[in-house]
Amino acid sequence: MAAVDDLQFQEFDDAENLLAVNHDATTISIGDSNENSKKQRKSFRNVPKDEDDDLLGNEESDKTELLAGQRKSAPFWTFEYYQTLFDVDTYQVLDRIKGSVLPIPGKNFVRLYIRSNPDLYGPFWICATLVFAIAISGNISNFLLHVGGPTYHYVPEFRKVTIAATAIYCYAWLVPLALWGFLMWRNSKVMNIVCYSFLEIVCVYGYSLFIYIPTAVLWIIPLEWLRWVSVVCAMCLSGSVLVLTFWPAVRDDQRRIAVATVSAIVILHALLAIGCKTYFFDPPEAGNQIQSPLPSTSNVTIKSASQKT
Amino acid sequence: MAEVDESSKPLFAGLSDVSISEDIPVEGEISVPVDSPTQDDEYSTLDEPVKETILRDLKAVGKKFVHVLYPKKSTALLRDWDLWGPLLLCVTLALMLQRSSVDSKEDGGPQFAEVFVLIWFGSVVITLNSKLLGGTISFFQSLCVLGYCILPLTVAMIICRLVLLGSEGIVSFIIRFIVVIVSFGWSTFASTAFLADSQPPNRKALVVYPIFLFYFVISWMILTFAPSSSSSTKTVGH
Repeated sequence: MAAVDDLQFQEFDDAENLLAVNHDATTISIGDSNENSKKQRKSFRNVPKDEDDDLLGNEESDKTELLAGQRKSAPFWTFEYYQTLFDVDTYQVLDRIKGSVLPIPGKNFVRLYIRSNPDLYGPFWICATLVFAIAISGNISNFLLHVGGPTYHYVPEFRKVTIAATAIYCYAWLVPLALWGFLMWRNSKVMNIVCYSFLEIVCVYGYSLFIYIPTAVLWIIPLEWLRWVSVVCAMCLSGSVLVLTFWPAVRDDQRRIAVATVSAIVILHALLAIGCKTYFFDPPEAGNQIQSPLPSTSNVTIKSASQKT
Repeated sequence: MAEVDESSKPLFAGLSDVSISEDIPVEGEISVPVDSPTQDDEYSTLDEPVKETILRDLKAVGKKFVHVLYPKKSTALLRDWDLWGPLLLCVTLALMLQRSSVDSKEDGGPQFAEVFVLIWFGSVVITLNSKLLGGTISFFQSLCVLGYCILPLTVAMIICRLVLLGSEGIVSFIIRFIVVIVSFGWSTFASTAFLADSQPPNRKALVVYPIFLFYFVISWMILTFAPSSSSSTKTVGH
């Protein structure tokens, strides 16, 4: 035992020197030995970790596609993975909703608000609220339209809730799936396209449906011109947010395909709105038509009564 | 040090020679008995008459009803959760809300199964939502609270049915509207009083909003409950 050496203050040598003396000793290297690990890490530097590189469309982003921005590595069958998809605070959700109705030219919804933290809270609950908003508003508006009519018996049309739910959830999940698949396919052809992960596209679509909730409430008022004006305003606002989000993803592609993609997005968005309006809300003329048979029936009864006398 | 070893050796040396004779009964529990009194209860509840068992459960359910009607921040509802109360309330509500089989020609109100599934599926989804957002409440505790807080709405449904038996005009609508609004507010307030503490502080609104939507939809179904068409054809009449 080198008892005498232990009592003297020794400068700590490098790890290599100490290990040369005593091969079995465990050493913790701090400070200088970082140079060794830095040399090892250089080979891994090619994979960009921060999101600015994603804008340049690095090839590596293709491989880290599904995990883009998600630095959590829980496997998808565990509960923790889904907890990472709900990792938002109240103010973040409100900010994202605000961003979905106020399109700022040049600012990308995904880059600005989602920032590699897509959440499923917004899309799911906005769709649920929209389903019930459309069903309930349609019910109220039909009631207000037909009330007082002789043949009208009020029914709470519960079937329509399930139809609305199917339509809206299909739109909010299948269209992003198709769009994501399409963008993936184009990305394999044209290398420098901005890539969005599937969850980010679902997020954008979910938040873009928010504007239809107040629109559905506005549709209770049975004025046809008001309904059309509100639906056009809503479509313009959220459609422009969608266009501003997806234009950078397709603008490097051929002109024709880029324009076709963006117009398909806008047309599907419009179809959803107009379809909901047509199916759930009767046009205001129907109310007047039901009122009109009244005078003819009363004329018939008066005539038959006068003929009898 | 060597001396200690040598002195300790004779102490442990003979241990291997120790044997337990067979006529000494060796028994006991290694685990620490935490709730030993309840262990005795469990054994004795098998022998008690059925009436006692049912009455005990009913008393527990009744106590929780009182907790819901006067919501304070107490943990009694959370600690001894049970799902009997929610089942009772859900079945009662669904039975009263289902449309009669008479008007099947048109889109009518919900069927029994639809209301039942809506309430249970809605509760499960809200519980999952609060757990995913980082809540510390357990799954069944949350189901228990959400189910019990339907009590004010069930009471409102009973009142609405009674009011509809009387008249169907605008006055009855206003009465029903007020009753449903009050019970909706009561339910939401009661459930947030019980559930709010277990949520992370900056996400409380995210957890409360689905509960609000859930009770809103149930209130809507109660408010728009229309009696069967046979009674209304009398008023339309010739």
